[in-house]
Amino acid sequence: MSQLIMTVDDSASVRQMVNFTLKNAGYDVVEASDGKDALSKLSGPIKMVITDLNMPNMDGITLIKNIRANPAYKFIPIIMLTTESQATKKQDGKAAGATGWIVKPFKPDQLLAVVKKVLR
Amino acid sequence: MPQDDINRQAFKEEAYDLLGELESALLELEENPRDQELIDRVFRAMHTVKGSGAMFGFDDIAAFTHDVETAFDKVRCGELPVTRELLDLTLRARDHILELLGDTTGTRAGSAQAKAIIAGLRGLAGAAGGQDAAPADPASAAPGQDEALAAASGGEAVTYRVRIRPGRDIMLCGTNPLALLAELRDLGAGQVAAHIGEVPPLSELEPEGCYVWWDVILATDKGEDAIRDVFIFVEDDCEVTIQVIDTLGALEGDSTYKRLGEILVERGDISADDLRRVLGEQPRLGDMLAEAGVVSREQVESALAEQAAVRRIRKDRDEQATASSIRVAADKLDDLVDLVGELVIVQAQISQMVSTRGDQELTTLAEELERLSDELRDSTLSVRMLPIGTTFSKFRRLVRDLSAELGKQIELKTKGAETELDKTVIERLNDPLVHLLRNSIDHGVEPPDVRRAAGKDPCGEILLCAEHSGGEVLITIRDDGKGMDPASLRAKGVERGLIARDADLTDKELFSLIFAPGFSTAQKVTSVSGRGVGMDVVKRGIDALRGSIDVDSRPGEGTTITIRLPLTLAIIDGLQVQVQDEFYVVPLSLVEECVELIQSPEERRREQQVLNLRGAIVPYLRLRDWFDIPGAPPEIEQIVVTGVEGQRVGIVVDHVIGEHQTVIKTLGRVYRDVEGLSGATIKGDGSMALILDVPRLVRIAAEARG
Repeated sequence: MSQLIMTVDDSASVRQMVNFTLKNAGYDVVEASDGKDALSKLSGPIKMVITDLNMPNMDGITLIKNIRANPAYKFIPIIMLTTESQATKKQDGKAAGATGWIVKPFKPDQLLAVVKKVLR
Repeated sequence: MPQDDINRQAFKEEAYDLLGELESALLELEENPRDQELIDRVFRAMHTVKGSGAMFGFDDIAAFTHDVETAFDKVRCGELPVTRELLDLTLRARDHILELLGDTTGTRAGSAQAKAIIAGLRGLAGAAGGQDAAPADPASAAPGQDEALAAASGGEAVTYRVRIRPGRDIMLCGTNPLALLAELRDLGAGQVAAHIGEVPPLSELEPEGCYVWWDVILATDKGEDAIRDVFIFVEDDCEVTIQVIDTLGALEGDSTYKRLGEILVERGDISADDLRRVLGEQPRLGDMLAEAGVVSREQVESALAEQAAVRRIRKDRDEQATASSIRVAADKLDDLVDLVGELVIVQAQISQMVSTRGDQELTTLAEELERLSDELRDSTLSVRMLPIGTTFSKFRRLVRDLSAELGKQIELKTKGAETELDKTVIERLNDPLVHLLRNSIDHGVEPPDVRRAAGKDPCGEILLCAEHSGGEVLITIRDDGKGMDPASLRAKGVERGLIARDADLTDKELFSLIFAPGFSTAQKVTSVSGRGVGMDVVKRGIDALRGSIDVDSRPGEGTTITIRLPLTLAIIDGLQVQVQDEFYVVPLSLVEECVELIQSPEERRREQQVLNLRGAIVPYLRLRDWFDIPGAPPEIEQIVVTGVEGQRVGIVVDHVIGEHQTVIKTLGRVYRDVEGLSGATIKGDGSMALILDVPRLVRIAAEARG
């Protein structure tokens, strides 16, 4: 049974790369283009969320808070995608309930290493 | 990789869309300079172009977009107003990015126009005050990336005590402590002891809180950094202490681990006084301590578990060490090889004598003896052979440290780590290889920005490769750095008085100049190299191993250094040949075939000495001429066709005697530099035959011919 991971990013190319990388490693993927889209798709056996922070309609931090408020998904690992210059965002993310982070730009291997780390 | 291209294409399409949207947003912003939503749209577009650009290798776009993003970040925060000037600059920036997208040669990245735009933006943004973050460097600290780092800190198996105390709320962030424990177990053998003493009764228990903490005894060779990496996300929420409690070195000391009391005191679970007090009474220290309320039962059990675990690890290690290998003094091995050599000689003599007797039983026995001594020979020689892989892994650390020190990004790739060489050869190769690697890193591979400007991957690559080829071992060091320029080598050679001003030298000869003493084209002397004493020492080292070293280079593309070493087995299979009254041995591994050569005296006098071998042209040389052996050759001569460096060369002799197990004896200091001979041997009848160094012979003959 493959584990289902949600990837949230307003950049289609990033979504595509994450999707491809995860699928190749045996995971199942559901994509969302921003926080609002993600919440509407938050159902079923989603085991992990990977989200960008900067998105229209609802940004990453708000999304994380909303996911944690949902009892069914309160304890799933949530990884945020940050850029180097957003050091403070890491703190905000953690405060909102993020489990960890990956700094952009990242290579597929780094993504897989983090997924393996938090999702068992 | 096709997926890379797919990703890049996807990014390009997305970028085109974003830039289109950006333009319209900017134009609208001109009409409504305070519309926050429009400002956000602009910022996000820039942010995405920059972030995704960097992800898919469009570094020039990412770097350029950085300043635009910074400026609009300030606008977002209300620090910078939307002005005509800002919009102009941003529109021009957008146009420039469009150009960069369409331009695959990357030459316009540093154009004056780009610089002007960036200067303008920085001026505006700078006026608003505040610090700008530096552009994102692709080498960021995502976990899992620095495996080289972790590996470098490791090496030997060390036993650690890792104490993990998660904060009460750790699970509220989606962290699974069991995942942390599992990740630790991935690093090596571990024993986990859980402490549940702090779990409150059910009425007070908060189900979402974490009340349990753990001690893990972990034996790993990955190093302490790898252990810390496991906790990289929970540094703030989890108290982790790591202590080394046992290393390989402790093997020499006492094999019993610390006593329970010591462990508890060490952990700070009890005080030394408590220990002493309670010890004043009697048995089962653990029980007593727990009963005395000085320590919890779990802590005792955890400490006992540690004791058992380490004892077991040590026992396993002991067994392993004795089972798999024994240390042997190198000279004992040398003596053994010598003895085997003598045995082989005598066996050859016996075989020779027996063949003349015609005694059936004796012949059978002699053949059996020959078979056994062959096996003994092979077995003994292989004892001294080691795979070169251990040397290669040492170099990884060297490359990593040195390239970091010089601010370069270099990856070391190795091939052929399983190639076996004689132990002493490996030892004596170490210094030359180190120096050659340092050279590549210091002078060969360029710094990342220079590489990028040249259109190369900012991370350079050094390939270290070992393989058997014919009767030789080939070791190559190839870098994709800036290569060497024959012209500047020539200039230096003239300057140093090593070559005449008007000397006409091939590129290859110019490259070989680097091995001349006192030669160095490095402008400044670094701590690593550049003092002009390195390369000639390397060459001497390789010469001492009776090997050769070659350099090939292409300016801008890189340099390849090839070291050839004879497989100096002390005993080889040889083909015995005769010229007049002299006997020689050709290493059988190099021999392809033997053909007859019948020539008239006139043909013999002709300059061009080539053979038509089934359509292929094979040059040959005459041993008689080479070694100036007096006398006339027989009418029918033999050509031993050898294969050297992929080339075939014939060696003309009078007679081919036959296969001969050849024990190599060195010629002694006086004769060591005679070209073309790699040693001597004793024949079955006790007389001597000289062993030909075929590769050398061939090379010299080729050079002499011009």
